[in-house]
Amino acid sequence: MQLALARWEFAVVTVFHFFFVPVTIGLAFLVALMQTLAYTRGDAEWDRLSRFFGRMFLINIAVGVVTGITLEFQFGLNWSAYSIFVGNIFGAPLAIEALLAFFMESTFIGLWIFGRDSLSPRLHLATIWMVSLGTVLSALFILAANSWMQHPVGYKVIGGKAVLTNFWAILGNPVLWGAFSHTVLAAFATAGTLMLGISAWRAHRSAADPGERSAFLRGARFSAAFTCATTVLVAIAGDIQARLMDTYQPMKMAAAEALYHTERGASFSLITIGNLKQRPVFQIRVPHLLSLIANLSWNSTVQGIDNLQASDVAKYGQGSYIPLIPLTYWSFRVMVGAGIAMILLSGWGIWAARRRAGGSLSGTGGKWFTRAAMWGMALPFIANTFGWIFTEVGRQPWVVWGLMLTPKGVSLLTVADVALTLAGFVVVYTVLGVVDSWLMVRAARRPLDSVGAGKVAEGGPVGAEAEVPGLIY
Amino acid sequence: MEPFANLNTTWFALIGLLWAGYLFLEGFDFGVSIVAPLVSRDETDKRLCLNAIGPVWDGNEVWLLTAGGATFAAFPLWYARLFNGFYLALFLILLFLIIRGVSFEFRNKVDDPRWRLTWDWVNFLGSFVPAIVWGVAFTDFVHGVPLSPGGRYSAGLPGLLHPIAIEGGLASLALFSLHGLVFLSLKTSGGLAERARRLATPVGAAALALLGGTVAWVAAAGRPAVPGQLTGALPLALGIAAVAAAAAGTALVSAGRDGWAFGATGLAVLAAVGAVWSRMFPAVFPASNHAANGLTIAAAASDLDPRVTRL
Ligand code: HDD
Ligand code: HEM
Ligand code: HEM
Repeated sequence: MQLALARWEFAVVTVFHFFFVPVTIGLAFLVALMQTLAYTRGDAEWDRLSRFFGRMFLINIAVGVVTGITLEFQFGLNWSAYSIFVGNIFGAPLAIEALLAFFMESTFIGLWIFGRDSLSPRLHLATIWMVSLGTVLSALFILAANSWMQHPVGYKVIGGKAVLTNFWAILGNPVLWGAFSHTVLAAFATAGTLMLGISAWRAHRSAADPGERSAFLRGARFSAAFTCATTVLVAIAGDIQARLMDTYQPMKMAAAEALYHTERGASFSLITIGNLKQRPVFQIRVPHLLSLIANLSWNSTVQGIDNLQASDVAKYGQGSYIPLIPLTYWSFRVMVGAGIAMILLSGWGIWAARRRAGGSLSGTGGKWFTRAAMWGMALPFIANTFGWIFTEVGRQPWVVWGLMLTPKGVSLLTVADVALTLAGFVVVYTVLGVVDSWLMVRAARRPLDSVGAGKVAEGGPVGAEAEVPGLIY
Repeated sequence: MEPFANLNTTWFALIGLLWAGYLFLEGFDFGVSIVAPLVSRDETDKRLCLNAIGPVWDGNEVWLLTAGGATFAAFPLWYARLFNGFYLALFLILLFLIIRGVSFEFRNKVDDPRWRLTWDWVNFLGSFVPAIVWGVAFTDFVHGVPLSPGGRYSAGLPGLLHPIAIEGGLASLALFSLHGLVFLSLKTSGGLAERARRLATPVGAAALALLGGTVAWVAAAGRPAVPGQLTGALPLALGIAAVAAAAAGTALVSAGRDGWAFGATGLAVLAAVGAVWSRMFPAVFPASNHAANGLTIAAAASDLDPRVTRL
């Protein structure tokens, strides 16, 4: 019971953190790109767009940051046995992340917000690029920690504790580089999809205001191309990850496919209806595709669950080493499906914007595209969430692959205490989520700043405040 | 074993420095949020208070994350026992830090007095509660808590709230408020700075009394002796230094020497953490019931491979 609650708590707080994180990583990069275009070309339209999306970036990052703080202490709170075991290894990237990435982010965000009027445009541009670098670095270090749990390297177990023997092995972990490129590109695609939805909607709505319309059409063209490119790259990186998974976590691969028997030239299952545990009732399978994905070879062997379970029992002793098959199987398909939909959507966007001279998104095609783009904003969130659920649930029953089982990692606590904190986080996070979404919608409806408007403050200065420079909060 | 012992002691000191840096920095931004309702007359004042800490509070908080990460890496057992043991206290701190963090960003997004007032309250409570709970926790560190063998604490939140710890919590609340008032006198001007300066005298007097009381009480209450501990004179001297620095800060700010005053109140925070750390040594999690149950530096260390720490 306490274990179940602790797992739910971890799932809730990480999934929630990861709703905001990709938007932060992606928008920081997009805003930096737009501000660069504004600066190098002296282009007022890019300037207006970068301010508009910069404001959304700030609303979003506030929640990303505070939910991260919970995670930093989650391990000691609910997973203290796990912490004792991995601390020596896991703590290092976590501390480096704080030291390098978080200091960088927080410092340069402060400079970016408060320095708009006081820094030279060139320095101000540099600050947002440093913010973007900081977000990418924090992804690198936290993923280094997570990848070690997926595929432990550079350690020795001494006296019941994993001890770091080679820090560079942790940074050189092949699983890390797969996860890092996939996750950061996915974050870019997330922000791109968001920008595409908002731009298409605003372009559609602002028919009466040619200035805004032209700016948002430009935003839509730009974000459609950006999203399409990054999502294709996400898929390529995901394919690389699948191959790594077949090497290092074959059980996860088999579970993702509900592949019970070892097969040569294994087929890839598109859809399975019926009981995943026994003979499926109905299946669509693409011949040889799984072997191709897993090993880049037509007729290679992909190991089945039954075989792997038998060899794991021989290696680790009695027990079940099989993750929850339906969740693993379906979360993988939902993620890939959402990714394919994102490629189609952004491709449509490129086409819709290019179709006529000036790319107006107008006509019936424009209306339907606008609707699709707005609903499509949900896609990357679905893909991100299910991607992680797949990664983490597929690792079960291990918390550290091959070294520590999840139930062994949990703290000694009363059920009441864990239930209380779980309830507390759920309530506070729900309120935060509602307020934040409402603010995001408001920010998306806001008129673009007029050209050259200097203040970041909403509503602008009132009365006596006009005399006080730089009133931002 | 010798080189390990030295290395681990260095880590222990380094983590103490990180905590001290955290409380020094977040101390003044907590303080500003706590005193803002008392010194602000209107919306402009409130925004001046927020702007004084707006660019830095997140960076200040990163010191906490670094301290947490470093403890995790160097002393996993300490990290595990401490946060597992002080479970609900840490939960309270996290919840209030969360709502405080968003209040900075959310407050100005809707131009409506009730909206702003709501987030002003959130900002106040989000600083007020952690300011007390950190004081309670640090007093518990130094005074010790009942532990079972292996360093397990299981008396829950009520067990942390004994009278000495409550006094320590009030002391940190007063000290941070003073630190924040001094920062406001330094950073702002006009009526706001004047009001902050005037309020600093009574708040400073309260901080002196509470901090001095805590130092005396902890010293008098004693704790089962741990082999290898430092003589009681060093922590006591640091504690007295903290009180003296707070007194100096109070005097300096009313004399208009804001920069020096800020240095003095900051020094008070640093010396207080120094007192806690030197009195805990060589334990990281001292026991109040039976010394052998406490966690020592050597027991808690992750036994970092020296080749790695040299990196
Ligand atoms: C916009 C988000 C997004 C999109 C469109 C995709 N993914 Fe993904 N995927 C993620 C977001 C994501 C993620 C949330 O970022 C994960 C979780 C852990 C990780 O490294 O990335 C992930 C994990 C993940 C893993 C698990 C790696 C492991 O557990 O070791 C694989 C094999 C793939 N993905 C493969 C794909 C493929 C073949 C895609 C083809 C379209 C795809 N993903 C689209
Ligand atoms: C941010 C995206 C992430 C999401 C959405 C996520 C999701 C989850 C979920 C759903 C679980 C519960 C699994 C289960 O109950 O079967 C879990 C467990 C866990 N994850 Fe992740 N995770 C994320 C990132 C990470 C990272 C980056 C780390 C480490 C650095 C990590 C470490 C853990 C640990 C320690 C557990 C607890 C033990 C367990 O139940 O497996 N997670 N995560
Ligand atoms: C269990 C694992 C995780 C932990 C312990 C963790 C910890 C944290 C902490 C403490 C912060 C706040 C930093 C501040 O105060 O400035 C934060 C923010 C952030 N984290 Fe996480 N994090 C986790 C998972 C992830 C993952 C998987 C990613 C990306 C791939 C990520 C990327 C970020 C980014 C970009 C930020 C900056 C601001 C924002 O979130 O919007 N984190 N994280």
